[in-house]
Amino acid sequence: MIQKQTGGREHEHTHVSFEETQRVDGHVQTVAPAAFHLHEHSGHAKGSAQAAREGAAVALAGVCAGYFGRDVLDEVSFEVDPGEFVGIIGPNGAGKSTLLKVILGLLPVQCGSVLVFGQPPSPAVRRHIGYVPQSEAINWSFPVTVRDVVLMGTFGRLGLGRRPGPAERAAADQAIRQVGMSDYAHVQISRLSGGQQQRVFVARALVQQPRLMLLDEPIAGVDATTQHAIFTLLEDLKTRGTTILATTHDLSCVAEWFDRVLALNHRVVAYGPPGAVLTRDTLSATFGSHLLVEPAAPAPA
Amino acid sequence: MELLTVPLHNAFMVRALLAATLIGLTCSVVGVYVVLRNMSFIGDGLAHASFAGIVIAYLMKADLYLGGLLCAVATALGIGAVSKRSEMSLDTTIGVFFTAAFALGIALMSHVRTYVMDLQDFLFGNVLAIERRDVIIVAGLTAVTLAVIGLLYKELLFASFDPASAGASGIPVDAISYVLLVVIAVTIIISLQAVGIVLVAALLVTPAATAYQVTDRFGPMMAVSALVGVASAVVGLYVSYYADIASGASIVLVATLAFFTAIALSPKRRSLLTAVLEARRMAARVK
Repeated sequence: MIQKQTGGREHEHTHVSFEETQRVDGHVQTVAPAAFHLHEHSGHAKGSAQAAREGAAVALAGVCAGYFGRDVLDEVSFEVDPGEFVGIIGPNGAGKSTLLKVILGLLPVQCGSVLVFGQPPSPAVRRHIGYVPQSEAINWSFPVTVRDVVLMGTFGRLGLGRRPGPAERAAADQAIRQVGMSDYAHVQISRLSGGQQQRVFVARALVQQPRLMLLDEPIAGVDATTQHAIFTLLEDLKTRGTTILATTHDLSCVAEWFDRVLALNHRVVAYGPPGAVLTRDTLSATFGSHLLVEPAAPAPA
Repeated sequence: MELLTVPLHNAFMVRALLAATLIGLTCSVVGVYVVLRNMSFIGDGLAHASFAGIVIAYLMKADLYLGGLLCAVATALGIGAVSKRSEMSLDTTIGVFFTAAFALGIALMSHVRTYVMDLQDFLFGNVLAIERRDVIIVAGLTAVTLAVIGLLYKELLFASFDPASAGASGIPVDAISYVLLVVIAVTIIISLQAVGIVLVAALLVTPAATAYQVTDRFGPMMAVSALVGVASAVVGLYVSYYADIASGASIVLVATLAFFTAIALSPKRRSLLTAVLEARRMAARVK
């Protein structure tokens, strides 16, 4: 029999030792199903460019942005408090990735304003943001190891012509340890499982010691155990004060992990605590009425 | 040993060997980015586009390489700008640009028939005819090209691997892309003398593609690519000397041979070698 070659996929280490915390709160019943704009913390009216609060980690006010003259984001306004874990949900093409690019300042806005820690996007601000790209945007056959990738997290703060030295390598190794990938440091990235690949890119973001983490579909295509491991890792960062924004179109995890949820379909359909956003009306307005999803029940005890 | 030294009694052969080595080195180092960023078609396109500049320079009695270089750089920047501002795929943009520039070159050339023979060297390359002055230019541009790559090593690596994250962490990805396009254009121009417009893409792509088969680290890939590039240039030139075949074609064929050898021996995939070994092991087990 021909032996089928297997990669390292079955050696998945998962960290599921964390005690599951129940995170359903009392906000749920206070919001009427029809109320789509749920900016409970924000003090601004829709579209006002002046409204972005200084104290917010991320504040968007009336933002329009897109590609080739077509707006993907239409008057998007919301704010994220420091240390919050916010999920961005919406169908494919709703503008979730575009929204992250706008926050990074990589895509200019056509109208409205963006503030990150009270400042408009700039290379200096970007240094405080860790970005984890969509897995499908990565060329996995590129000749780099786990350590090579994580080391790239130090490139931004090194000047032109400066190579990473011992300090940068130590920081990379520390981040690799933090995500539990030390055993794989010298493995080429295509040989990793989906969950391991995600953790490598989280580690690269961690090297930058970011105050804000932006993750594009961090749990796409990974199994439930791995999802849990990734969220546990992010939860851990959150407790240390990191603000986290993650896009997802997997609704099963939304109620359990996120402090607030932004339902996006070009415009903000709803923004608030999971229980308030995950209603039948909001979801059908976000994903289209053909989607037959019951609002996610409170997480099982 | 004499087989190797005898050709060196000819000054033209020493010049050719020197130039071919430098060209093999530059092409194979730059080629690593061309291969990993899927830019093979750009290499081919810029080479063809340079032809218009060469013919125009010829008509204006200006420096042919300078004309070719300006045209290739202009095309490179044009391709970059158009593909960034339109929804067309990069391949389509390149297809439009380079055929247009090449057609312009052909049109101008056909208008002045008497010059056709001189310009043919640019199409197929003739490193044996390289002059002292050209060797110095090739050496200078090789040094500049490698210095730029050395200076931007980590930026080029990050931007080639994951442009979105590289941009997010403060690396000027667009500027890096333009610099790389210009570097590719310069590399192509200095290579025209050796392999010509038609074959230059092979010198950019084949050594790097060979290296990709045998390693999965970036640094080693560049080193192996450089080795294959230089070796192909030297071996190809000797083959061309003794077999009396066109030097450009000979260099490219030697590189291609290296490529297929690497494919056969590649540890990265179920290669020919592992397939043979596996079949033997199976046969032994069945017995």
